[in-house]
Amino acid sequence: MRHTITLFVENKFGVLSRVSGLFSGRGYNIESLSVGETIDPKYAQMTIVTSGDDLIIEQINKQLNKLIDVIKVTDVTEFEHVEREMILIKITPKPEKKAEVLNLAGIFRGRIIDSSENTYTIEITGDEKKIEAFIGLMKPIGIKELVRTGKVAILREGIKK
Amino acid sequence: MKITGAEILIESLKKEGVKYIFGYPGGVVLNIFDMLYEEKDINLILTRHEQGAVHAADGYARASGKPGVVLVTSGPGATNTVTGIATAAMDSIPLVVITGQVPTMLIGNDAFQEADIVGITRPCTKHNYLVKDVNELARTIKEAFIIATSGRPGPVLIDLPKDVTVGKAEFVWPEKLDIEGYKPKYEGNKWMISQAAGMIEKSKKAVIVAGGGVVISAAHKELKELAEMAQIPVTTTLMGIGCFPETHKLSLGMPGMHGTYYANKAIQEADLLIALGMRFDDRVTGKVDAFAPNASIIHVDIDPTSIRKNVRVDVPIVGDVKKVLSVLNKVLKTESKGQWTQVRKAWLNQVEQWKKERPLSYTKSDQVIKPQFVVEKIYELTRGDAIITTEVGQNQMWAAQFYKYDKPRTFISSGGLGTMGFGFPAAIGAQFAFPDKLVIDIAGDGSIQMNIQELATAVLNKLPVKVAILNNGFLGMVRQWQELFFGERYSHTQLDIVPDFVKVAESYQAAGLRATKPSEVEPVLKEGLFKIKKPVFMDFQVDWTEKVFPMVPAGAPIDHMLFDEPREEKQKKLKVVK
Repeated sequence: MRHTITLFVENKFGVLSRVSGLFSGRGYNIESLSVGETIDPKYAQMTIVTSGDDLIIEQINKQLNKLIDVIKVTDVTEFEHVEREMILIKITPKPEKKAEVLNLAGIFRGRIIDSSENTYTIEITGDEKKIEAFIGLMKPIGIKELVRTGKVAILREGIKK
Repeated sequence: MKITGAEILIESLKKEGVKYIFGYPGGVVLNIFDMLYEEKDINLILTRHEQGAVHAADGYARASGKPGVVLVTSGPGATNTVTGIATAAMDSIPLVVITGQVPTMLIGNDAFQEADIVGITRPCTKHNYLVKDVNELARTIKEAFIIATSGRPGPVLIDLPKDVTVGKAEFVWPEKLDIEGYKPKYEGNKWMISQAAGMIEKSKKAVIVAGGGVVISAAHKELKELAEMAQIPVTTTLMGIGCFPETHKLSLGMPGMHGTYYANKAIQEADLLIALGMRFDDRVTGKVDAFAPNASIIHVDIDPTSIRKNVRVDVPIVGDVKKVLSVLNKVLKTESKGQWTQVRKAWLNQVEQWKKERPLSYTKSDQVIKPQFVVEKIYELTRGDAIITTEVGQNQMWAAQFYKYDKPRTFISSGGLGTMGFGFPAAIGAQFAFPDKLVIDIAGDGSIQMNIQELATAVLNKLPVKVAILNNGFLGMVRQWQELFFGERYSHTQLDIVPDFVKVAESYQAAGLRATKPSEVEPVLKEGLFKIKKPVFMDFQVDWTEKVFPMVPAGAPIDHMLFDEPREEKQKKLKVVK
């Protein structure tokens, strides 16, 4: 099963490689990983999407906890949480498809952040389903390039699962 | 007053009570070594190889329970420590390894003798540091010692760029320190402990499997109390050897691949397994799916990742074995009504029967020296009052099987990593910790050659370390596998040239003795162990056909054991493929 795990870590050099090295060294896979500084610049927050059976996920959580630079591990999959990912997608529509692209981008609350004679670059933010749906719609129209941030996740307040 | 980083390092080590540093000098650590030139409180022990230095520090730590300290230079000095560090990591041994590094401004430039040792050792240390600011140095050293010695201990590496050792700062030693992301849990969960007590009371066929954690937390008294009170037989893993007296009636010896018949049988038949400070290594479990099929499992370990890593667990208890056992014993004591002897009678009778059925044995001979015979004689002559270190392979298994260990920290061996060349430098370290004890390395002719240069260290420091070489001219354990599983195709396991160990010893100004016949074993041991007061190599030319039994083939359930077939004194013809 897929799990989204957030890590509260020391904001120091080498921490990312400790975390990623743990995954590679023990044969766990990382589907996505994003890192950024928190309000307090001493710390950073990582969001990792990984998968495995229950025992593997338990090991991943414990192993991450064991890293000295990791202060807190939360498997947000276990709790009510919200997840978002952002993609930048460069579309090359035929002239007759241009209106459709703009229309779909609107429906998905995307923003056109760049355009040229033959391309639109669209920014889309959302959960995985929304992102996948948009990519699915754009595929037949023509995707030139796609970059994704990887997921970030945060717990919801006051709600217990 | 501001002092240099090198001075801060030495002062910090003094604050930590360090007496010995095992090390080797080089370019970027010259400043630190200069500080040691007239140093009185700390002795630098110069080994002849950085790997030897780490193993020596490791042996010192295993024998004494105190952290071992290593100081080496950058680049090759640092990379040579890696095997030693990995060895300590696998066996949870507290080490602080200080490596020199090129000046910070040169890091990343492929400078002379530069290696990214922090990157290289990240997966084999408990934690590691690159110190970039001399103001951080004292705190970092304190942190390193805390992390190395607490929780599940392990090696910590500190990489010290040259400019940091030259730079100056105020020396502020933090007596207490909070490391935010590091909070080992010592107290076991009370509810879980009461669950465990309930299971122990209900069980008819319980077995304790005690590992290195019992040694580390010094829980041997609590373990004995539990075993005797609840009448539970105890098997000790390779790392746990000595934490329960092997001369005790309830002792089952070692489990696993080369474990005793009765330990493996007991585990497979048990209805309850009490795993204490052990991690279900594959050498212990054999085929995991078929391991202890009828048993509920209570698992006590200070490292949460050890629990449910390899086997299912019914009652997980994260905590220090000593603390958990003292609570558990109390609970059991209040609830027990002296019923144990009755409850366990049938089970203990069964265990006794297994012991009689297939005790550890070998085919004796008066023609050729049997390696097991040498180990037995060492036990007999020392009466078990010695620290035994081992190399890795057959020598290690025979040393584990045919010598009876009654005290913790008297058997020192590379368990997890299985590092050949470990035993001799480890014996040197152990001798530093206990100058008056008899320290014996039980070695093979292959392993001893992997750190034989440390003879110089032993001689120079007047350490009367004894090395009993079970010399069979082969890499015996691998040869054994080739004989049993590869149709006797001895590919590259015969050591065509084995040095004359007597002469090697003499050339280093140590003593050398040799035994070629069984009748010579005892006289050689008596002289080597008790009469000669300096390092001794004792070369026992043993039967090369001898194998370690019982043996569970890799991947088989642990009750599928191979045994030594009683055989005539036939010397098999040697087949060597070149």
